[in-house]
Amino acid sequence: MTRRSWIGIALASSLFTACASGGPMDSLDPQGPIATDIDGLFRLTLNIATVIFVLVTGALLYATIRFRDRGDRTPEPKQVEGNARFEVIWTVIPVLILASIAVPTVDRIFKYTSCADDALHIEVTGHQWWFEYNYPDDGFSTANVLVIPTDAEICLDMTSDDVIHNYWVPKLNGKRYLVPGQATVLLLRADEPGEYWGQCAEFCGLSHAKMRARVIAMDPDDYADWLSSQQRPASMPADGTIEQEGMNLFLGGQCVSCHNISGVTASNPALATGSIYGPDLTHFSSRDVFAGATLNHDDPGAIESWIDNPPLIKPGSFMPNIDLTQQEIEALAAYLRSLD
Amino acid sequence: MSDVAHADGHHDVHEGTGIDNRKLGMWVFLSSEFMFFGALISNYMLFKGRDYSAFMPTGQSVLLPRGLYDIPFTSVSSFVLLMSSLTMVLAHDALVSGDQNRTRVWLAATGMLGSVFIGGQVFEFTEFVQQGMTISSNPAASAFFMLTGFHGAHVFFGILMLLSLYGISKRQGGLTEVQGLNVELVGLYWHFVDIIWIVIFTIVYLIP
Amino acid sequence: MATTASRSGARTIFRRPDSNTGFWGWITTADHKKIGIMYGYTAFIFFILGGLEALLLRIQLSQPDNVFLSASEYNAMFTMHGTTMIFLFVMPVSAAFFNYLLPLMIGARDVAFPRMNAVSYWIFVFGGIFLYSSFVFGTTGPPVGGNLAETASRLGSGPNGGWFGYAPNSGLRFSSGTVMDYWSIGLQILGLASLISSINFIVTVFNMRAKGMKLLRMPVFVWMTTVVAFLLLFSLPIIAVALFMITFDRNVGTLFFDPSMGGDPILWQHFFWLFGHPEVYILILPAMGIVSEVLPTFSRKPLFGYPAVVFAGAAIGFMGFGVWAHHMFASGVTPITQAAFGLSTMAIAIPTGIKIFNWIGTIWGGKIKLNTPMLFSLGFVGMFVIGGLSGVTHSIVPADWQQTDTYYIVAHFHYVLFGGAIFGLFSGLYYWFPKLTGRMYSEALGKLHFWVFFVGFNLTFGPMHWLGLNGMVRRTWVYAEETGLGPWNMAVTVGAFIIALGVLIFMINWTWSKRNGPIAPFDPWDARTLEWTLPSPTPEYNFAVNPVITSLDDFWHKKYSEDADGRPVRRPEATALLAEYEEVGLNPPEPIHLPNPSYYPFLVGAGMPMVGYGLIYDNTAWGIPLLLLGAVTIVGSFIGWGVEPLEEPHADHHSDEPGHEHPGTDGEGS
Repeated sequence: MTRRSWIGIALASSLFTACASGGPMDSLDPQGPIATDIDGLFRLTLNIATVIFVLVTGALLYATIRFRDRGDRTPEPKQVEGNARFEVIWTVIPVLILASIAVPTVDRIFKYTSCADDALHIEVTGHQWWFEYNYPDDGFSTANVLVIPTDAEICLDMTSDDVIHNYWVPKLNGKRYLVPGQATVLLLRADEPGEYWGQCAEFCGLSHAKMRARVIAMDPDDYADWLSSQQRPASMPADGTIEQEGMNLFLGGQCVSCHNISGVTASNPALATGSIYGPDLTHFSSRDVFAGATLNHDDPGAIESWIDNPPLIKPGSFMPNIDLTQQEIEALAAYLRSLD
Repeated sequence: MSDVAHADGHHDVHEGTGIDNRKLGMWVFLSSEFMFFGALISNYMLFKGRDYSAFMPTGQSVLLPRGLYDIPFTSVSSFVLLMSSLTMVLAHDALVSGDQNRTRVWLAATGMLGSVFIGGQVFEFTEFVQQGMTISSNPAASAFFMLTGFHGAHVFFGILMLLSLYGISKRQGGLTEVQGLNVELVGLYWHFVDIIWIVIFTIVYLIP
Repeated sequence: MATTASRSGARTIFRRPDSNTGFWGWITTADHKKIGIMYGYTAFIFFILGGLEALLLRIQLSQPDNVFLSASEYNAMFTMHGTTMIFLFVMPVSAAFFNYLLPLMIGARDVAFPRMNAVSYWIFVFGGIFLYSSFVFGTTGPPVGGNLAETASRLGSGPNGGWFGYAPNSGLRFSSGTVMDYWSIGLQILGLASLISSINFIVTVFNMRAKGMKLLRMPVFVWMTTVVAFLLLFSLPIIAVALFMITFDRNVGTLFFDPSMGGDPILWQHFFWLFGHPEVYILILPAMGIVSEVLPTFSRKPLFGYPAVVFAGAAIGFMGFGVWAHHMFASGVTPITQAAFGLSTMAIAIPTGIKIFNWIGTIWGGKIKLNTPMLFSLGFVGMFVIGGLSGVTHSIVPADWQQTDTYYIVAHFHYVLFGGAIFGLFSGLYYWFPKLTGRMYSEALGKLHFWVFFVGFNLTFGPMHWLGLNGMVRRTWVYAEETGLGPWNMAVTVGAFIIALGVLIFMINWTWSKRNGPIAPFDPWDARTLEWTLPSPTPEYNFAVNPVITSLDDFWHKKYSEDADGRPVRRPEATALLAEYEEVGLNPPEPIHLPNPSYYPFLVGAGMPMVGYGLIYDNTAWGIPLLLLGAVTIVGSFIGWGVEPLEEPHADHHSDEPGHEHPGTDGEGS
């Protein structure tokens, strides 16, 4: 094959990948070294596949056109029943091609299924339908938004509280299950600070579609600042404010039976018994997104509409509609916004 | 008309194995049954060695099937089932030699021995439940009851077929080998169920 | 001339049905061709249902954050779309082909067990009805938190745990209603139907071939049928055990998949895919068999490398049992397991490649007639190449970590199962339409159908490749606008409606041509296999005279010799031979006895849903009685059937020994 036709094939296959959306979940636009490496392996395979596709469908089309029945002008065909040499060739060539991609495949499998000794461990627990993140070395828990430092290997120690979930942040790595009663690990590594989108990829019940994730990668310095801010107890609203009214509602109502706010609520009874519980809200408004990373803090009215009727937004949500009045909703929302 | 003549008659118009269709069908079916019990046995093997103490309420110990077996008792009921294979062979022999009465006697004996085995299994299950191991105690117990229960169900269906043969024989004054349900087919099935039990007894009961 | 037995006194509970025509003729038939036709039409009804479900899914996904379907409706639709297309369409429509063609292609008058064949069909019908009755009677039950803004509609009350039914989501805690019971018990019933027919086909192939039809003279379609039957035989018991486990977990209190008691949810996946991957080959191999018949016929050449194609088919079947964990690369199985299954998945590409190359070798240098069956078969090869190559990218395990559970996978298996299996099956439907009906279909509509299908198919499933790689996750009823996935999703939805249009064209062609098409000539395609030596539509007894086979493609060699160049030359006696086939085919020289119809197969099938409902509603007053009634119906029918001879003793023989006087008939008691 000439160099030009190789370029043609590379173009054809990059045309395929050029259909990338540029969207936040695009696995063809990898960001960390792990995802980039995997993408390279995929592109290598894709190029080989493109060559094979062009050759095979080319032969198919050529034969169809060249040997079509033109009436009397086409002679009766020779009755060929097979050709041992050709058949051996087209058995051996695929074997060689497959063997050549098998080597890097096996290498990467072992490389990306165990964590390095100096990796930063973060615990991830899947819930119907949100991800909980525990920072065991720093003693706090957060939800929906995972914050990691850049240039460090992150080892996610994962399990599930209910059904099987599947953690996927396409720009940083492939997927890994979260299995109830079992432990799995997933490696993440981001080189650039930024926001990376994710989604639960295994069907996990009614609101599977609304179980999303967000990863924020920060410079090590920013990350250190963030860590210390998260370790603070929650901010206390000033007396007589609407925020304080919201806090009282929070403490006096059903909210505390599932949610923890460090320094405000007593230690969470639901957490102790292991029954269903909701995200830790101590630094709720420091997180961009909530409700399974489906809603944005900054959107006006987002918090209010969530509190008003959670199952309307996320069907089957454990957080019930408790028939709050408009005034109560506004007070609670104001309080939540103050939890920075 | 004997089976052999039948197969010969077919030789004129068909390529084939020379084995009677129904017999071949039964063999094919039983090969599928091997996979069925293979899956059930693997399932038990996967669960039997795991540690369930973390899932028990505090103060309760895990009751596993292997801690409760009464090997002498099960050996006897296994022997009974093994003997039923012998009586099944005798029933077929009797039919081939044309002795319909003797066929019925051995069919009844086979069914009887099968029933004794089932009785033993019912006793064993009751015993286990009384000692506190139910189908919901732990997955190993679930797998044990499922495996032996399905085997018992197979024996039960075998007994049903034996009873049907007995009834048909009484009603028709004898059995032939041309009817869909016949002694040879039921025999094949019965021997299969016995062999499976030998495997289960060895793997589940004897191997620690 | 007696082609059916006369009805003398039967010693059974019911008087034997005595009509071969009309409603009861269909209900009680034991004729493999009638059963095949019923399989085909029933499967097609389910195809339409599954297709409508797909259209609803596509409307919902046509734009981001759409509100056309609720979450529960969407979940029921995608679960039932997959379940329907696999278990109620592709498998039974393949069974329709097996039933109709297998005996004709091997020169037999019926399958080995004609009534058992009817049992398979009726169990399938009642199993399908049972599964779908979930939309009428099923309940989804509240989610664990118990909080819903609205209760599920009837449309949302179908099985909703996915066709894969992953535990523990499908268990009682997370699916507390009855819909997953309908699913697990319904699949169990459908599996039983397939198991029975697989036994039947295996015995038929091994025992019923015409004289001289050695194993390596069988048409490739028959070979693929045989491989499929063995795959069913060995994989169905595994899913049966798994379905029993989940049914018992839900209803009896076993703990297999309950992680809170030491159960293992991943075990379900191992069992499911140990069945599920062979199942993929169960779906595709019949189509490969059809294509291997169509390509040689319309190229006027023998299949290139027949032994290699047969062997590759068997190898695919065999290796299909060793690749299941490639569905679970993201599940956290050990790296050694991932490497081993990655390599075995690569290896299965090799026999698949052999088939594709041999098909191209078949048309190469041929004299290709591009009519509808050929177009569909060529389309099959082309689309299957794409599906096969994207399959190889899944064996690159780290790449699969990215691809699994995305639309990339959806694209892949639709290229294999739609572009592959369904294109192949439509090729077969057109190819054997003259055999079935005695008339020709409209070639213009057929070609239009192909091109509409081809465009619609690629518009629907092509963009799914990049949707998946761009982050579109499967089984999600909404996606965010910011993902940028909206435009391609809209294209996919448009494609889906174009496919629907193609189906409509097919239905018009079929119903119109069946009545009004031109009368099909004898041997319209100048074909190679035995079924074309028979008049169309095929008489009830198939072969008036038992055929004797002397070579592969025997019929072709009876019509053509070869010149010095190896090019076919029509034998001078060929025209007379065809006339003789037609004449004798309609006028058997001696009486042929056929299996009598029977009520029992229908009753066995009818008993199945009773048992199913009884199991689901065993806590209500009528559950246990229904269960017993069903069991009695089934066991009673089996006993009645066991004592009912296959053929009633013939009046003019006065023999007491049933089975004695059928020199040319294949049926033994079954």
